[in-house]
Amino acid sequence: MTFFVVIYWIVAVGFLVWSVFNPYFSVYVMPFLVGVVLLLFFSIVKYWRWMSSFDKLQRAIIRKNIWSWRFLPAIWEAIRESLLHWRITKKNILLGYMHRSLAFGWFLLIVVGAVQAKMAFPDGHPIWMAIFFNYFEPEVDLSAFAQAEFFANLMDVLLLYVLTGLMLAMFKKVWSRPLGMKRTTRHTLMDRVAKLSLWCIFPLRLLSESVTAGINGNGGFLVTWLGGVFDSIGLANPAFEYTCWLLYSVALGVFFSLMPFSRYMHIFTEVFLIYFRQLGVRDSDKKTGYTMFELSACSRCGICIDGCPMNRQLGIVNMQGVYMLQSVRNLELQRNAEPIAENCLMCDRCVADCPVNLDLSLIRRQVRIKNKAAIDTKDGYGYLRDVQPFNAIGRVAYFGGCMSHLTPDITSSMETIFNAVGQKYWYMDRDETICCGRPLLQQGFEHQAFELRRKNTELIANSKATMLITSCPICYQSFKKEYRLPIPVLHHTEYIDMLIKSGRLKLRKDDRRVTYHDPCELGRGCGIYDEPRDILRATTTLLKTAEEREKSLCCGFNLGNPLLDLDQQTLIRNAARDNLMAPHPDTIATACPMCKKAFAHADNVPVKDIAEIVAENIVKN
Amino acid sequence: MKSISIIGAGPAGIEAASVLARQGFAVTLFEKSSSVMKNVADKAFLFPDFTAAADIVEDMNKKLLNSNITQRLDTDIVNLAREDNNVWKLTDAKGNSYYSDLVLVATGYTPFDAHRKEELGYGIYGGVVTSLEMEKMIRYDQIVNSMGERPRRVAFLQCVGSRDEKSGNHYCSKVCCVTAVKQAIELKRRLPDVEAYIFYMDLRMWGQHFEELYRQSQQEYGVRYIRGRISEASGTFDGRVQIKAEDTLMGLPLKMTTDLLVLMVGMEASEGTRCLGKACGIAGEYGFFQSVDPHLNDCRTSLDGLYVCGTCKRPMSINDAVNDARAAAVVLALSVRD
Repeated sequence: MTFFVVIYWIVAVGFLVWSVFNPYFSVYVMPFLVGVVLLLFFSIVKYWRWMSSFDKLQRAIIRKNIWSWRFLPAIWEAIRESLLHWRITKKNILLGYMHRSLAFGWFLLIVVGAVQAKMAFPDGHPIWMAIFFNYFEPEVDLSAFAQAEFFANLMDVLLLYVLTGLMLAMFKKVWSRPLGMKRTTRHTLMDRVAKLSLWCIFPLRLLSESVTAGINGNGGFLVTWLGGVFDSIGLANPAFEYTCWLLYSVALGVFFSLMPFSRYMHIFTEVFLIYFRQLGVRDSDKKTGYTMFELSACSRCGICIDGCPMNRQLGIVNMQGVYMLQSVRNLELQRNAEPIAENCLMCDRCVADCPVNLDLSLIRRQVRIKNKAAIDTKDGYGYLRDVQPFNAIGRVAYFGGCMSHLTPDITSSMETIFNAVGQKYWYMDRDETICCGRPLLQQGFEHQAFELRRKNTELIANSKATMLITSCPICYQSFKKEYRLPIPVLHHTEYIDMLIKSGRLKLRKDDRRVTYHDPCELGRGCGIYDEPRDILRATTTLLKTAEEREKSLCCGFNLGNPLLDLDQQTLIRNAARDNLMAPHPDTIATACPMCKKAFAHADNVPVKDIAEIVAENIVKN
Repeated sequence: MKSISIIGAGPAGIEAASVLARQGFAVTLFEKSSSVMKNVADKAFLFPDFTAAADIVEDMNKKLLNSNITQRLDTDIVNLAREDNNVWKLTDAKGNSYYSDLVLVATGYTPFDAHRKEELGYGIYGGVVTSLEMEKMIRYDQIVNSMGERPRRVAFLQCVGSRDEKSGNHYCSKVCCVTAVKQAIELKRRLPDVEAYIFYMDLRMWGQHFEELYRQSQQEYGVRYIRGRISEASGTFDGRVQIKAEDTLMGLPLKMTTDLLVLMVGMEASEGTRCLGKACGIAGEYGFFQSVDPHLNDCRTSLDGLYVCGTCKRPMSINDAVNDARAAAVVLALSVRD
């Protein structure tokens, strides 16, 4: 590292000195050059450090996949997201236009500028020529450059494109609603200064090029016209021209040197993140270099704030993804991230909304794990020894889960269904309940959760059961993602759907009209949206609700947030209930014991798990 | 003479009607069901002295034999509104209207629906019953488990739907503690071999002779008390109920298999109480009616000419409700004289 730093600065200073003697040098170029040198230095240092702290598994995945074709989808995604901002456009067209014009527009300004410089100076030119082309252009003979006028006009169009985006950004600062955002992020001082310098760049470029045009008559339609205006008011003089170009260069220099320390680091980081993700790298329960890429890939756009139930129902706006990541970054500076990380339902709504696809819940869990690392509860697991193994050859294993024990209607309905199709089953937690471990893990109790996972894995593997069926989406997500089980894991909605589609289970259709509540852990957590709906369509009339599937509202009673009191949970619950009640259903259906209990006390409409509705409608063969 | 309407013919409504009728007021007594004293008639014997509930029902029925009282059974009053001429207009579910100068609401309570505590398995496992069903078993001397056999062990669980944040009822229903003690004694009197357990948070023996009854249940009948709530119940293969609880005095989790699990259901504002409270805009906490002042002005409401008594205000025992009704009748009569 030290070696690199020494070499870098020798080369960088050498380059700066060389620049001074370049025939196309002008003193005002210096701030820009210094900015670029600093940006490069800090970016390389940061990326180097992050990449060297990838964990073993992540390295192995990179080594395995780096020569595969996966870079192709990575390039496509980088173009689509980093330049064109497709996901943001899907959220709001204006917001997408704003981001695209700034990112893609600036990108084109640089690329087209470089081509223009290349064509005007076929014998070579310094790198800043693409940026300050109009200033130096009068010095060259353009007769060799046939498309000069076309390029000049094109550059003006592009500048105009960027400027419209900038105007939208300024408009958003005053009134963000037309751009689809109720709330925007509160930025840190550093971010605000960086943003100010960014906002100055393009108007200053327009000003500089116009004044130059006023003096020399070069440039495209826009700057020529503006140059005329400046000329008419007597501002088209070399002193003013030089000042403008100097300010433009300073704005660029300031922006570049602040970039590695501000939100604008996301511009390059997102490209890296997309590439690693496409290679198959995933984050773990511990903070890794990959996490650092995620932390910096957050553009702090604040889209995570609007959807968050903590904001919508409780007006709490200090703990959403954008602020949580900020607190983790600050944690580097030894500040406490605890209250922000803990105060979250872990409903994954922000994960679904995030235009950069950051794994916000996992990063939050990393913080929780770090916060709880000192808590030791080793003595609490003696009872695990008493749980007896069971030989379940030829049976499916059924895991009700702790929460389903509080909703015995669900487990007894599942038994009815197993019996109706003649499926032999082993109800593995009928008497001795061992938690799947996920509630502990979500709270950051990593080792404790591991103890439970180990015991459950041993029980399931030794039982020789053919598959594992669970009624609780929390357990489902746990078995599916946190365990490495040798047998398939199904949520009961998947299992019932399979029974219906294979013809093993025949159901009658009743005249109930139901709305379906997507449990967070099943929907956003595991992507199970269609199976529950297919089952409900087979037995009832399914009504649509305003916010469903990825946009489903949390029931408020999940185990993610230990800080909410009952009144707050109830407010969140009521919002979800109102959404479900709006189409006036006869029954609210869900597929999670926790959600069922949350809604059960809320209204006079019965709340049923899909398993109950199915068990009521079985047609006996 | 001003006309008076009383809504609800339970102990409170009947007592108030009787007191006012004896003072010469013309009283109309509305009752939504086809008979009076429904909630009391569901009971076998009453705490703390084991008076037969049927006797109380009979005595209260006698009080209705007064020519000043007009009974309107099967009349479900769903709306109450004060007209411009200071007359109250009562509307029933069929759309009929009744008018009177003064209204006394005695719409009472309804037992908590135990289905709402799904983890306790009511309606799912045959062995899980409510205190009302236990009362019926005692009354007809048919105390049996889900298989129709004589039980060997019975567990009572206090505070089902009372003092329970999750079901939204933070209040104490007042009568369940002593009812469980009473039922356990009656159980032991009939089936001396049965083991009786009462799971409680704390026992509130507030009334006269309650404490003595509690002591008697332990000393004479061997009823066992466990401080701790039952977290979940599940069925066993032989139709019994397995319960999981924590003995918070011992600090140990416990599992127990029992023939019957009796859920001591609390009191909630009845449908009529909720409906009228909402209609007049004076619904208080938990759907009960709100009186002007619980200390010195507990029978009036903030609305002129509208009075409340009995369990439509809060949980009460029968004698409390009857006393409260007499108080309301006096306040009402005095206000007419003034």
